[in-house]
Amino acid sequence: MVLLYSSDLDGICYIETAGLDGETNLKQRQVVRGYSEQVSEIDPEKFSSRIECESPNNDLSRFRGFVEHSNKDRVGLSKENLLLRGCTVRNTEAVVGIVVYAGHETKAMLNNSGPHYKRSKLERKVNTDILWCVLLLILMCLTGAIGHGIWLSRYSEIPFFNIPEPDGKSIPPTLAGFNMFWTMIILLQVLIPISLYVSIEIVKLGQIYLIQNDIDFYHEKTDSTIQCRALNIAEDLGQIQYIFSDKTGTLTENKMVFRRCSIAGQEYCHEENAKRLESYQEMDSEDEDSVDRQCGSSTHMSKWRGHNCRAVNEPLNRKSLNQLSGSYPALGREDGAGDVPHSGHVAFSSPIETDVVPDAQLLEKFSQISFHSYQQSEEASSKLSLETTYITDFFLALAICNTVVVSGPNRPRQKMRVSSLGRMPIKSLEDIRQMFQRWSVRRLSSSPLPSAKESSSESPNTFVSKLSIFRMKLASPALDGAAQRAAEPHNTDSPENSQVPQELAVVDVAAGCERNSAASSMELSPLPKLCYEAESPDEAALVHAARAYKCILQSRSPDQVTVDFAGLGSLTFQLLHILPFDSVRKRMSVVIRHPVSNKVVVYTKGADSVMMDLLRTASEVGTNNSEMEQKKIKERTQKHLDDYARRGLRTLCIAKKVMSDAEYAEWLNHHFLAETSIDNREELLLESAIRLETELTLLGATGIEDRLQEGVPDTIQALRKAGIKIWMLTGDKRETAVNIAYACKLLEPDDRIFTLKSQSRDACALVMSKILEDIQKNTSAKKNPSQKLGNVSASPSTQAPAFSAGLVIDGRTLEHVLHDSLQNIFLELTEKCRAVVCCRATPLQKSVLVRLVRNKLKAMTLAVGDGANDVSMIQVADTGVGILGQEGMQAVMASDFAISQFRHLRKLLLVHGHWCYTRLTNMVLYFFYKNVAYVNLLFWYQFFCGFSGTSMTDYWILILFNLLFTSVPPIIYGVFDKDVSAEILMQLPQLYMMSQKSVAYLPSAFWITLLDAFYQSLVCFFVPYFTYYGSDIDIFSFGNPVNTAALFIILLHLLIECKSVTWIHTVVIVGSILFYFVFALAFGATCKTHNPPSNPYWIMEKHMTDPVFYLVCLLTTCVALLPRYLLRVLQGTFFPSPVLRAKHLDRLTPEEQREAIKRWKDDCTVNYRVEFQATSRSSSSATAAVSQEESIASVLPTPKTPFQACSRDGLVEDTSFLPDVQDESGNTNGLNSEKTVFLNSSKETNSDTCVSSNSCAKVSVCASQEGSSAISLAHKASLNSVLGEDDALRYFTKLES
Amino acid sequence: KKMENKTSFLPQEGEVRPSRCPDNSAFKQQKLPAWKPQLTIATVLSSFFFTGTFCLSVGVCLILSANSVREIQIDYSDKCSDCSKLRENSSNWNKECHCSVNFTLKEDILGDVFMYYGLQNFYQNHRRYMISRSDAQLLGRNVNIQKSYCTPFTTYRNGTPMAPCGAIANSMFNDSIDLFYNLNSSVIQVPLLKTGNSWWTDKNVKFRNPKSYNLSSAFAGTARPPYWQKPVYLLDEEDERNNGYVNDDFIIWMRVSAFATFRNLYRRVRRIRQFADGLPAGNYSFHISYNFPVTKFKGRKHVILSTVVWSGGSNPFLGIAYVVSGTAATLTGFVITAVHLKLRKKKTYFQK
Repeated sequence: MVLLYSSDLDGICYIETAGLDGETNLKQRQVVRGYSEQVSEIDPEKFSSRIECESPNNDLSRFRGFVEHSNKDRVGLSKENLLLRGCTVRNTEAVVGIVVYAGHETKAMLNNSGPHYKRSKLERKVNTDILWCVLLLILMCLTGAIGHGIWLSRYSEIPFFNIPEPDGKSIPPTLAGFNMFWTMIILLQVLIPISLYVSIEIVKLGQIYLIQNDIDFYHEKTDSTIQCRALNIAEDLGQIQYIFSDKTGTLTENKMVFRRCSIAGQEYCHEENAKRLESYQEMDSEDEDSVDRQCGSSTHMSKWRGHNCRAVNEPLNRKSLNQLSGSYPALGREDGAGDVPHSGHVAFSSPIETDVVPDAQLLEKFSQISFHSYQQSEEASSKLSLETTYITDFFLALAICNTVVVSGPNRPRQKMRVSSLGRMPIKSLEDIRQMFQRWSVRRLSSSPLPSAKESSSESPNTFVSKLSIFRMKLASPALDGAAQRAAEPHNTDSPENSQVPQELAVVDVAAGCERNSAASSMELSPLPKLCYEAESPDEAALVHAARAYKCILQSRSPDQVTVDFAGLGSLTFQLLHILPFDSVRKRMSVVIRHPVSNKVVVYTKGADSVMMDLLRTASEVGTNNSEMEQKKIKERTQKHLDDYARRGLRTLCIAKKVMSDAEYAEWLNHHFLAETSIDNREELLLESAIRLETELTLLGATGIEDRLQEGVPDTIQALRKAGIKIWMLTGDKRETAVNIAYACKLLEPDDRIFTLKSQSRDACALVMSKILEDIQKNTSAKKNPSQKLGNVSASPSTQAPAFSAGLVIDGRTLEHVLHDSLQNIFLELTEKCRAVVCCRATPLQKSVLVRLVRNKLKAMTLAVGDGANDVSMIQVADTGVGILGQEGMQAVMASDFAISQFRHLRKLLLVHGHWCYTRLTNMVLYFFYKNVAYVNLLFWYQFFCGFSGTSMTDYWILILFNLLFTSVPPIIYGVFDKDVSAEILMQLPQLYMMSQKSVAYLPSAFWITLLDAFYQSLVCFFVPYFTYYGSDIDIFSFGNPVNTAALFIILLHLLIECKSVTWIHTVVIVGSILFYFVFALAFGATCKTHNPPSNPYWIMEKHMTDPVFYLVCLLTTCVALLPRYLLRVLQGTFFPSPVLRAKHLDRLTPEEQREAIKRWKDDCTVNYRVEFQATSRSSSSATAAVSQEESIASVLPTPKTPFQACSRDGLVEDTSFLPDVQDESGNTNGLNSEKTVFLNSSKETNSDTCVSSNSCAKVSVCASQEGSSAISLAHKASLNSVLGEDDALRYFTKLES
Repeated sequence: KKMENKTSFLPQEGEVRPSRCPDNSAFKQQKLPAWKPQLTIATVLSSFFFTGTFCLSVGVCLILSANSVREIQIDYSDKCSDCSKLRENSSNWNKECHCSVNFTLKEDILGDVFMYYGLQNFYQNHRRYMISRSDAQLLGRNVNIQKSYCTPFTTYRNGTPMAPCGAIANSMFNDSIDLFYNLNSSVIQVPLLKTGNSWWTDKNVKFRNPKSYNLSSAFAGTARPPYWQKPVYLLDEEDERNNGYVNDDFIIWMRVSAFATFRNLYRRVRRIRQFADGLPAGNYSFHISYNFPVTKFKGRKHVILSTVVWSGGSNPFLGIAYVVSGTAATLTGFVITAVHLKLRKKKTYFQK
């Protein structure tokens, strides 16, 4: 529906798109330009415009079209004007629009492509085995047909028992044989286990049910548990070989916390904030004990006070403090009663994210900003004021350059939650005093309605009146009033609160929270009522950071933004344009008109890689002082950025650009054209944006921390031990990615890291082959000593640990690598590395990578991610896991399993994956066995009835045997069997490898099962046959013991296979047997004439009194099960598989168990260590020539920040022999960046961070620096030889460009 | 304090918001108490030795009891060669043919002696043969046998229904065998019981004659099956309760045998006078009225005299099988013990 009218005055309609993409934040939609001015509603009868738009498609984030008015004016339409079916209108009373897509053409319907069907690996294997069964069936039927033909041809004339056709003749043997083929198919069709599919589905349902009910997947904070969205691939969880993980929101919490910033080349490291975060961590770890928490916060508070407020505590404040703390309990009660119930989680607004403690130094500088100084800075550019301008602009950019939606009491949002305001930032008393001085006492208005913003107030600040052209938006008067009241001790008495109107109660609640969290907090700013809803957590973090510095985003409408600026009061900026973020530009911009200077200003925020290129270049060297300054700032900021990245922070650059009106007008013209065009609007808009975002002035950079989720390193280690290769695919930059990889133990200090970063495909291929060679050299060097040592400690069960190498690939390189010609070598390389980190990867690259591994390596892949950018990867992977994170539901919608925490993956894979897989495998095998064993009984009988298709069992029993008597036990077995307990599986991830290699369902297992089935059916048939041979037994009396024995055999076989027998198993098995007998007896007693051809009348009754019947059944069962039992005995006693050994652990007492597990692990690590010592020895011998100096340089300072150490050293090392590179390239100046590029591409790649640390000796040695240099030299040489001198030159120039 | 609660996202006491937290029940958490069958050496060995002992003892008992069975089987299909030739031509179906087979019992057959006729290569279990009957008709109900499985033995061309219908009934074994005891040149007919040989339920529930004042009227309007020499109501003219559908010989024939080689109970020796203890040793002869042709299907005919024990007839298979499997189990047990003792030193740490 194209939005034409909204009851909102600004022509905005707020919507929530949770139903479409799952994102819970508010979004704005705008009335079509030209219609927003209309005050009255659209009269449909008078509306006469033409709307032309694209044909219906399923892209939710795109809409193109235009409205052509009767006067041929065209107004462009975008997705901003479109209300999609399925979204909810919020905070807007009424909207009017024109429906453009309806019914099945709506985007919601077009997106509903139905469930994507994934078939599990096991199921595919089962299908092939079913084909084998079909083959077997055909073989058996052919035997029957030929046998019948031969049997018939032996008779010269029609015997009594061969019934002639109605015409008195009998059909020729060949035709009879042909007919018999089909008869046999009908008789033996049970062999094709149709019921298997039904049972598999039921078992999977049961397994899913159990997974969903696992309490360990319950995440308390979000009140969410696992969601199994795919019902048919649970067993794939047990076979995962590759995990592709997103970083942000998957490994990390995606709770963006503002950590550091650099403004104008000056770094502010926000130490207090870091302390606060630590305290949060403590608090999180503490059990939700409010008393402790309060103590904690108050102690911290005092610490902060020590930092922040050098000012003297005024008696008044102290007094009010006491008063407030005294009245706290009453208020607390009040808040419990009159609280707005919180219904769900507002995105990106947990206290840890919203609170930022300002940096003292920066705050001091910031507080100097006043209106006057601002004006001064505009006129003269003294050094101090320049910095101040930078700071002001920086925070303005933080506050404005986003798409955050502000909601609060005057924009009531249903989901507004007071609780998130529980911990307000603690302000120094000095601040409070300042605020008292600055803010006028505002009139207490009792109506916080939207109209309140119109009520302009009498501000003492002169500039407000001066800037009367801008609409003033004041903070909610009610809140200010409350704050004021809070300052006056008398008003805060709790008894009065019951009488005040409800808004005031709420206000008191808010005030109470503040006081609650920090008794001295006298936060008078209207912060509490503001709730920011951002599309990305980074934005929210930045806005909250700005808020901490009193640069408060107050409200946002499509054409203006109000920012409450501490030094300047409330400012309203005219919002001219928003150029939204996209992954191509990797930045966003806003164009505003500055209220003070009245200039058009562009604020841009984006990834440093792109931003740095867009800055105003100092082309005219040294013309301007400020240009020099700029360059210096740029360099220093870049340094800070690198530092942030090393610390694992997410970096953003903030820049601005001041435009003259003429420039703006020119750009606007182009932009307008772009907006209204239909055909290639995206490209034009992109072009237009690029045109705008040039010549920027760098303001600063921010570092945002994204903390690791709880338990991620443990999980990754466990999964690693389980033989799963984990790849991290992230859009983040390399340093950040590598650091996170270290932090979550994806890479380990003793790993050798190879970095793949090259500009061309050929170089890439070369580098990869080099790395491969290198790895091979290492592994072969390793093998020899390990073989020698193998004699010392021979333990075949434990495998040698893989040579640990890590691979880091850049997004651009990835593009080359994914080219067809390089795929194979790349995969070969990655197979040798135990961890792969892909940074700067686009969503498409992620999915291509997953598909590559999945198709080429035929490996089982699992993709885990939380955001929309992971959707394609999740869908491509065999198993997609979505994380219920902060970024909406898109990943969850696309996923097969949705978990709330990454660490849940551990249990999901190691325990449930293993269980589901083994259970289903065993059940499937059992099903094959059951069908073959049972059907063969009928088949053997054909040899004794002239292949005539007779069944010796009554038809009803025959049908019900599979349907009722033996159907439930396998299902129960498939759902509940538990070979190893969850605890053991969690502690011994190695067990996962068994299911990963599908040990339980090898082709041999299938054939052994069939063989066993054949044997059992032979026994089951021939023991009764020989027993009754030549006697006067009738056909059904013969069938009865055969059938009964088969029942016992089949059920007891299950019991042998069962790893754990619960009362459910017992009930079901005993129930099945009882049911069989009851049915047979009842049927035998009543079927005088029912079921005409085969009539088992009174047979069971007769047999029940016959000892031979029992003896036959007993012997048959024993003999039939003996081999299987013997096999299990031998396996269990003499050749136990790891799973069996683990199963044994379950029986031990907890202490014994702990000890046994320890011993088990030791057993593995002893081997590991032995191998490791071997490696280190070999490597040390290989690098015997490592000079003393080098080894000192490469000793790791701390194991905690290995990357830093290594890369630094590597860089230092590498620069030392750069000269010859320079010589070759012939380019002597300005090589710094090129140098790094080259280093990245060749040297670093080869072995810059080769750190092999001997864990036993606890010495970390960066092993082969010299080796690396040698290799890089060799590489260079080979490059030369391959490309030739000129080519090499060209190659290097290519690198430069 | 409540504020704190809220900030921690915990559901509050009074809040009506069902938590999604799953139940912590043993069933849902898969922690049901379970018996985990553990194949330890003790359980394994005891199971093997127990099975072995049990099977051996049962096997010995079975063999002993099977050995106590006295049985004599006489193939008479060729001994009346004239008759078999006569029967080869189906046009001679109503010509009577008698022959006599002599045999000698070297020792007494004590106890109940059962007389069977045995057939070889007669595939009663052929699918189309064994379904060719109408149970409803045999229950004495007046049913439309056209709809039954009896085809093509339902009606004659003139529409007269066959009673009983179907191939099984049509091919009924119709030799009559009498046993004579030659004692000191005097021939004594051994008294034989022709009733009580079939299952009680068959005789009294499953087979019923049509209700009428007498049998011949009950079967009025029906005709005998084509291979029969006399109608069904003349199967046993002497005994009203053994005539028609409830004739024992007929009932037994209608119980289709499981294999192509089979025997059916024909008569029992009535234990009176000198046969009170069974059949004494001596010379005997069968007087056979040879009607049933077997050469057509390359079959054989036997007459068998046998006693019966609790474990069935003289077939020793079950006993032998028990003994063999018992021995196998015991031997396996010993082998496992040996291997275990040998490997004991090398046992892995997890074993106790």
